[in-house]
Amino acid sequence: MLWKRYRGWFIGSFIVLSLMGILIYNQVDWRACLEADAEGFFPVCVAENAVTWYDRYDVVVKQAAVSGLLIGGVYGLVALGLTMIFGVLEIINFAHGAMMTIGLYVTFVLYDSLGIDPYLGMVITVPLLFALGLITYRVVIHPARNAPHHNQLLLTLGLSLLIENVLLLAFTATPRSIRLPYGRGETSIFGLFEVDFPLRPFGATLQFPQLMAFVGALVVTGILYLILQRSDLGRAIRATSQDREGAAIVGINTNWINMVTFGIGTACVGAAAALVLPFFRAEPTAGNIFNITAFVIVVLGGMGNALGALLGGLIIGLTQEMSLIFFPGSSKLIGVFAIFILVLLFRPQGLLGKANS
Amino acid sequence: MTLFRSFQRDYVILAIVGAIFCIFPAFTNQFQLSVLILLIYWAYLGTAWNIMGGYAGQFSFGHAAFFGIGAYTSTVLFVNYDISPWIGMMVGAGFAATFGAFMGFLTFRFGVKGHFFALATFAFAEMLRLIAQDLDFIGSSIGLSLPIIGGDSWRYMLFEDSPVNYYWVILLFLVVGTAISIWIYHSKIGYYLQALREDEEAASALGINVLRYKVLAVAISAALTALGGSFFAQRFTFIDPSLVFGVAVSIEILLRPIFGGSGTIWGPLVGAIVLTPLEEFTRAFVRKPPEFLSFIQGRSGVDVMLFGVIVIIVVIYMPDGLVGTFPTWVERLRKRVRGDNGRATQEATP
Amino acid sequence: MSLLTVSNVTKRFGGLVAVDNVSLTIEEGEVLGLIGPNGAGKTTLFNAISGTHIPEEGDITFDGRTLIGMQPHEVCQLGLARTFQIVKPFAALNVVDNVKVGAFLRNRNARDAEAKAREIVDFVGLSDHAERPAKNLTTSGRKRLELARALATEPRLMLLDEVMAGLTPTESRQIVQVIKQIKDHYHLTLLVIEHVMQAIMTLSDRVAVLHHGQLIAIDNPQKIASDSAVIEAYLGKEFEFAND
Repeated sequence: MLWKRYRGWFIGSFIVLSLMGILIYNQVDWRACLEADAEGFFPVCVAENAVTWYDRYDVVVKQAAVSGLLIGGVYGLVALGLTMIFGVLEIINFAHGAMMTIGLYVTFVLYDSLGIDPYLGMVITVPLLFALGLITYRVVIHPARNAPHHNQLLLTLGLSLLIENVLLLAFTATPRSIRLPYGRGETSIFGLFEVDFPLRPFGATLQFPQLMAFVGALVVTGILYLILQRSDLGRAIRATSQDREGAAIVGINTNWINMVTFGIGTACVGAAAALVLPFFRAEPTAGNIFNITAFVIVVLGGMGNALGALLGGLIIGLTQEMSLIFFPGSSKLIGVFAIFILVLLFRPQGLLGKANS
Repeated sequence: MTLFRSFQRDYVILAIVGAIFCIFPAFTNQFQLSVLILLIYWAYLGTAWNIMGGYAGQFSFGHAAFFGIGAYTSTVLFVNYDISPWIGMMVGAGFAATFGAFMGFLTFRFGVKGHFFALATFAFAEMLRLIAQDLDFIGSSIGLSLPIIGGDSWRYMLFEDSPVNYYWVILLFLVVGTAISIWIYHSKIGYYLQALREDEEAASALGINVLRYKVLAVAISAALTALGGSFFAQRFTFIDPSLVFGVAVSIEILLRPIFGGSGTIWGPLVGAIVLTPLEEFTRAFVRKPPEFLSFIQGRSGVDVMLFGVIVIIVVIYMPDGLVGTFPTWVERLRKRVRGDNGRATQEATP
Repeated sequence: MSLLTVSNVTKRFGGLVAVDNVSLTIEEGEVLGLIGPNGAGKTTLFNAISGTHIPEEGDITFDGRTLIGMQPHEVCQLGLARTFQIVKPFAALNVVDNVKVGAFLRNRNARDAEAKAREIVDFVGLSDHAERPAKNLTTSGRKRLELARALATEPRLMLLDEVMAGLTPTESRQIVQVIKQIKDHYHLTLLVIEHVMQAIMTLSDRVAVLHHGQLIAIDNPQKIASDSAVIEAYLGKEFEFAND
């Protein structure tokens, strides 16, 4: 009885305690407390050593937290696109990351060849990717809408392979990056006030591109939220996501909604790509990391759940950056992988379950 | 259709196919032999995939996970501990089977049927790839090279002087793998897998423990695939995370069965027979493209791009694959020839 | 001891009580018919017995063993087979193979399973279609296939869910004959849901009537047909008398 009522608390505390344990095991010099000449009671000794550790490494921890939250905003945006596509079309778009790569290259070319600022260039990038999404849906996905489910997924997988290799052919594997001419040192924001980059909140280092990416992601997400909640289109999308047949019965053209949703999802990664290029690089495999994290986020947040995607984005961003503190010497993705398995094991419907988009 | 389903018929076909393949090395040159090795290799991997994706209908988008586990296990054991790959690959198969069973159990237990599993297969493969890139003790993104031993060694499955031995090894794999596939197809396991593929609820009502058999299919498929990964390492003497865990591998593995017909015994082999020459042609094309396409010369990615296109075409136009669609074409032909004399497919009341 | 005992079973779906405190027993060798208006809870009761749903209250025992908490495949392994109202053939397999799937439960060897499957296919009258794909069968054929497949698991008790739905009167009569033959030849006990009154009255030894989830009557067919509570439950609802 007690278990059922406070199940959430039990699991939560268990997770927190385990994490602390792992952290102490890997970072704190607890071995010294086992020595013959150690001072005091074992737990007290360990606690003291933990404090010592934090005194020295607090910047690292804070940096990881800040970086994690910032990138988490972008991850949330990418995952939002993916979860919308899943909610409405009920397919997992394996080509989502590849679309992001296209977005990265588009942003790069606009900047490199035409000198267009990536952020301002979003007025080109986002509609372009939106159109690409519409076309992709019409040409590739729509013809197979009656195929067995796994074939539809296979289609997106083949598409991702195709896109990745076309880009490889066109741009070769050399990574391309850009360097913004502003955002370092004294920077004026809309001519209103001056900010000195990098910022140093709590001792961590916060660079302009990362901050812009986070703010940009928030803005885009906000706009999308407004569209979904306040517009007729948004209502139609939410309806189709909740009950396809019901939506069709009340006169919603679900095929058209499919297409638009796929377009919007692709536009999301287009926006994310433009926001990310200033501190990332464009190469044929660039989208892969976003692809896989988006999948984990969608499962974590609940497939089809928009709020879950955003929340999950922050959690996964944090996890990714903090992984190396908890598990030094391994991969940044160990934590993400672990969360994926844990969610599948204990809460496969995700934190928030499938709800309205 | 009973004629088409007896154990004996299929084993006889296997014996004939095996015998034909045994003859090839006698009159093929080095290059042709290496192409044949690839053909048999992909047919073998496709057969392994087919047990899970075809018979059981549990479509795997990340078979590279099992492939890579096999490749890395046998290679690390070989390079670091001097353990023969023959043993190492069995260990790899064991790891892969365990991993597969775990993944299967996690994802089949609940929920949104099909979605979780599909996503999990893809996600697990990608994660293994990205994690392998960071792990130093297995060479991280630099990869692992197998030692040069100068000469041939059956103990170490390395044949630098006589590559034809690789042919014999992979042919053995294919024959054994296909034999297993045939056995499964006609036995209780095969029937149960096909039943749960068609309708899980009905299968359950007939006494089939659906979860157990799904996990079993994954484990068998994973183990066989891992063996193929070990062979890859031995044949090409170099592995890295992208080579063995990459999406391209997953697609290439499933390409032959879905092209040839998933859920059939011979589909993967047929698919390999048709697609391998196509692959070779593309490679040759990229080496020496015609004038107007000279920019693609030597560029990588064209052949993989081709696979993406093939997948899209097959899914949209030929979802049952060659062997799957073949009976329908035959039926249509027969109707045309016969003039469709009103022989209805819907029978009168029995 | 009765073969199947249902004791005070209640099944709720949220606020809806689909099965309300139902108790009944089935003796070995008998045929119990289960009738009632649509939505009375008949299929839900079936699902509770076969393991698809878990009742909130009550117990169901088969040969003394409780079925509550068992999964559908375990229930089948115990000797309880069911058919589905909306038939579910294995479309990609032919008729014999469909039945073979069922036969494998008690016959591990492929040869034995094949023999058993063919025997049953002949018995239900599908021999002409043995090698044909299951998806080419007519409705009547599919119903027979459904019966054959369940039969192949060598059950002691079979749950038949509206076998006659979608059949013409002639086909219904034929299938009633098949069911009778199956019951006699294989020594089965049957629990049959049906809307076709003629069929139920012919087949059943006793008839149970559900209404709004409750058992309102259980007796031999003649008494049921004239029971006032039963007639009232059906008032305003047309049921078929397959007219001869």
